[in-house]
Amino acid sequence: MKELRYAFTIASKDVLTEIRTREVLSSVVIFAVLVIIIFNFAFGSSEQAAGLVAPGILWVTFAFTGILSLNRSFIMEKEEDCIEGLMVAPLSREAVYLGKFFGNTFFILLIQLIVIPIFSLLFNISFFNLELVTITILATLGFASVGTLFAAMAVNTRARELVLPVLFFPVITPVLIAAVNASAQVLDGQSFGAISQWMGVMGAFDVIFIVASYLIFSFIIEE
Amino acid sequence: MINSIEVKSLCRNFGSFKALQDVSLVVKPGETLALFGHNGAGKTTLLKVMSTVMKPSSGSVEYGGRDIHKDSGIVRANLGVISHRSFLYSSLTAYDNLVFYSKLYGVVDREKRIKQLLSSLGLKARMYDKVGTYSRGMQQKLSIARALLHQPGIVLMDEPESGLDNKASESLWKLLSEEQRTVVFTHHNLEKGFAAADRVMILSRGKVFFAPDGKCSLAELQDAYSASLETA
Amino acid sequence: MKRKILFALSSVLILLSFYMVLVFVPTEIDMGIVQRIFYYHVPLAWIAFLAFFVVFTGSIIYLAKRSTKWDNVASASAEIGLVFISLMLITGSIWAKPAWGVWWIWEPRLTTSLVLWFIYVAYFIVRGYVSGEERKARFGAVVGIIGFLNVPLVFLSVTLWRTQHPPLTIFSGGLEPPMLATLLVCLVAFNFLYFYLLSERSMMKNDERMLSQIKETIARRNA
Repeated sequence: MKELRYAFTIASKDVLTEIRTREVLSSVVIFAVLVIIIFNFAFGSSEQAAGLVAPGILWVTFAFTGILSLNRSFIMEKEEDCIEGLMVAPLSREAVYLGKFFGNTFFILLIQLIVIPIFSLLFNISFFNLELVTITILATLGFASVGTLFAAMAVNTRARELVLPVLFFPVITPVLIAAVNASAQVLDGQSFGAISQWMGVMGAFDVIFIVASYLIFSFIIEE
Repeated sequence: MINSIEVKSLCRNFGSFKALQDVSLVVKPGETLALFGHNGAGKTTLLKVMSTVMKPSSGSVEYGGRDIHKDSGIVRANLGVISHRSFLYSSLTAYDNLVFYSKLYGVVDREKRIKQLLSSLGLKARMYDKVGTYSRGMQQKLSIARALLHQPGIVLMDEPESGLDNKASESLWKLLSEEQRTVVFTHHNLEKGFAAADRVMILSRGKVFFAPDGKCSLAELQDAYSASLETA
Repeated sequence: MKRKILFALSSVLILLSFYMVLVFVPTEIDMGIVQRIFYYHVPLAWIAFLAFFVVFTGSIIYLAKRSTKWDNVASASAEIGLVFISLMLITGSIWAKPAWGVWWIWEPRLTTSLVLWFIYVAYFIVRGYVSGEERKARFGAVVGIIGFLNVPLVFLSVTLWRTQHPPLTIFSGGLEPPMLATLLVCLVAFNFLYFYLLSERSMMKNDERMLSQIKETIARRNA
């Protein structure tokens, strides 16, 4: 319980930093909208095309923007060795992981909350229903779980902008496949029953990788 | 908690490089120990292991009889660390930073404590400015406030006086002495470090080179330091 | 001595497998001559997965014990696994062209192998961009563990994704006895080859490390 409180303290510190700088949101939202517009040019904007490619575009956009926000989250811990400040404070390494994980989950969800309406507007598709919200949350937890772990690693390499995507994309393949296919089925008018298997894949991914990352995180930050 | 420090035959390797070899030391409660040594002698590595940031390859560190890894929570709650880097978030204000750290340490009455520290370090006027706009010296002062927020009984400092003017140095040592604290620090200046310490130690190539039991004279320290440079 | 025996056994068995695959085994009626690649394709796949399992266990033991020996085993096995999985992808592709008319199909096993290929390439990219022997080993171990945990999920998600298309049958009937015998010989031969390469390569890595230690000591003494 105490660990959770520490984790929320760290996550709210990340949110406060964002309120002070607005670095992530401003750059990421612009980036996301640009990606969507470019895809729109590439695939055309007829209703038929939109229905076919929309889920793919949406999730590719989220994966890319996720990378930007994940990288940012550990750059600020590295700048003045703040991560060491967290390590000498009386909280466990696992609490540090949870804190950064909560923060990253929050930011990715926030980005989606802004991008999805813009996306619906441009593609003329309605995205707000319970199924899609559930898919989004499950996929975001998956992104943030391994994303937080890999970002902590990438920031300690000589090429973090390269290392994070190279690690992140192959590992999140199951989530990406599940999210894209489930969203496509929902947009096609299906409900929870039809996408239960995809939900299962994402749920399993979330559980396995939140636990594994939680356990393994200390090996990354502790020298 | 008893603020004694006992380091027992600590070793730390980086691949094939032996940064620390069989380093042992004891610091009594309330005592101040100064560490000297050439670049790469192992001072920073020793402080990092002692502050639980780095794991030792072998050996142990105990504070008041508690192992720093087995009882890490209790140990760290009583530990203050000042490093080369400030551990401060540059896009947050000084006040934000101190509030964040005092939450992690569970500081009671934190508003009062933060304001008291900031005014004794002369930073109160700029407490709502982002740390990124601070000069190096001001960041160092704020880092001192951060390390002493929770009234730690044991303080580890790596070059604490770098970037500080004389007045700030004075207030650092004054703040440290406001309670009985056990302090281990490194210093690049033999005279200044000697003046602030009760006892001294010289590391050379990862080993304890010179560790007099009691107070030695400055001349003895200087001789030993020159000798340590020759073996380096 | 042990390595010499492994070397002798794997050489003899590989030579025997050449004979069995090229001369002894009858040609499959439907697919013709290209089907013979299957006798190498399957063992390649098996060895790749075995190798990655060894990376996984070696990585866990390394993190628990922090002994360089286990990092040598894990990273050696990752190298071998990467070579074998590359060969597996190439042989699969060669087979796919005449069998299905295309060089690549998004068949679950092939796709999973492709994702794994990327993960273990990332394993070496991370190691390459990290400074310090010890940190290289630590970060490598984290990728080795997370990457392997992902295998079942990748396979599951790709299988679900592809079931929307007609399933592919590789063999309508069972394997004829001579075919089975050939496959078994190849499997055994590759197993010996793998363990021979693994022991040779980990020894080599030990020697490399010792050499660089000696070099460093000399450099320091001369400085």
